Amino acid sequence: MSQPIVEVSGLRKSFGTHLVLKDIDFTVTPSQVVVIIGPSGGGKSTFLRCLNGLETAEGGTVKVCGHPVVEDGRMMPETMLDQLRAEVGMVFQSFNLFPHLTVLDNITLAPICLRGMPRKAAQQQALRLLEKVGLADKVRAYPGTLSGGQKQRVAIARALAMEPKVMLFDEPTSSLDPELVGEVLQVMRDLAAEGMTMLIVTHEMGFAREVADVVVVMDQGSIVEAGPPCAIFTAPRQARTRSFLQTLLARQIADAG
Amino acid sequence: MKLDFSGVWESWPSLVHGTLVTIEITAASLVVGCVLGLLVGLGRLSPQRRVIYGLCTVYLTLVRGTPLLVQLFLWFFGLPHVGLILPAYVCGILGLGIYSGAYISEIVRGAIQSIERGQMEAARSLGLPYRMAMRRVILPQAFVRMIPPLGNEFIALIKNSALVSLLTIADLMHEGDKIISVTYRSLETYLAIALIYLLLTSVTTLVLRRIEKVLRSEGRV
Repeated sequence: MSQPIVEVSGLRKSFGTHLVLKDIDFTVTPSQVVVIIGPSGGGKSTFLRCLNGLETAEGGTVKVCGHPVVEDGRMMPETMLDQLRAEVGMVFQSFNLFPHLTVLDNITLAPICLRGMPRKAAQQQALRLLEKVGLADKVRAYPGTLSGGQKQRVAIARALAMEPKVMLFDEPTSSLDPELVGEVLQVMRDLAAEGMTMLIVTHEMGFAREVADVVVVMDQGSIVEAGPPCAIFTAPRQARTRSFLQTLLARQIADAG
Repeated sequence: MKLDFSGVWESWPSLVHGTLVTIEITAASLVVGCVLGLLVGLGRLSPQRRVIYGLCTVYLTLVRGTPLLVQLFLWFFGLPHVGLILPAYVCGILGLGIYSGAYISEIVRGAIQSIERGQMEAARSLGLPYRMAMRRVILPQAFVRMIPPLGNEFIALIKNSALVSLLTIADLMHEGDKIISVTYRSLETYLAIALIYLLLTSVTTLVLRRIEKVLRSEGRV
């Protein structure tokens, strides 16, 4: 077993009096693909956002890529978090592309500003990444002219431009039209195949079953169970996992019917 | 009764001079107001920084809560009593600039806060420090949203600048008063002056509308 790249122990977080994360313990090893599922409001997104310091944790310890994020409930200073964030890519449900910049400038902004990369080199790298996500023809476009699926693929390319060691995906396909989900999942599948370490919050169970090394079920701020997808989907041990999967299945049947 | 514009017409050189002074004063106080407004607007974004936030709020409350004329008189007639004598021009520019800075700061703060939270989160997730994210990602977008309210503020500033005529500055209003003291043609003179102010405010509106249109083109927000 190699050295873990994400280490979480006793992570606690609340919004007001509502405890959203209750003593989470979790580790991820390099190249692992972890898919986090569970009912809405279960703390999945908050958990992901604690890993790069977007949320302020209140207890526990989080270490990502060797950088401490939280140490015994103490958040690290912003300057340290900035270094960590440069090594951890994040993809959001709402894309969050910068609308005032072209696709090219969206991708090259961070490498030029933070890594001091020469503009030419950054642009060549951006072009390679755009080819990889199948959008080389959109270099000069502004985000406002792209479809949802295209926006999300640019967002993935933007995150990859910083050559992250870990990628966090926060419901990357949840705000997409159904016919655009596939193109984004394909890009993520390719990334997984290249050995990228990924943590993905999603409702795409087919994708989870196919790509995940570990499936984590979260509900009411705790990890209900975790294991390989075949075990979670075919033989869940916990009642809460079963009831969640059943509701999901019922909804999919209702949608299909 | 017949209108007689001949007296006003003959004094066109002083009207031109007055107009130039008004433009100068307005432009200079605009710069003061924008710089101040940007700093104070940014300062009021984070209440956690109590001292900066507090100072900015005190400034805003004092300046917005008292008449501009009183502020101008404090600069020009009040400060000499504590031994600080500033030239009339400086009083006019500082007075107007500090006054409009308060309003501009609220425009700046409102525009920044209207940018979706996800923009800052995405920028920070890439590793950009707060200030760089603000400068490269948030402010360029907020700026476009500031233009319409800033236009209103610029126009108010042009009109408010007439008050500096009371500080012995020879602006458009002041030149008008001088023409009246010679020709006794108040109606015609004030009409002519009103027309010139209208021209200045209209041109400002057109220019800003143009800028906004260019910035909003090509699918940019």
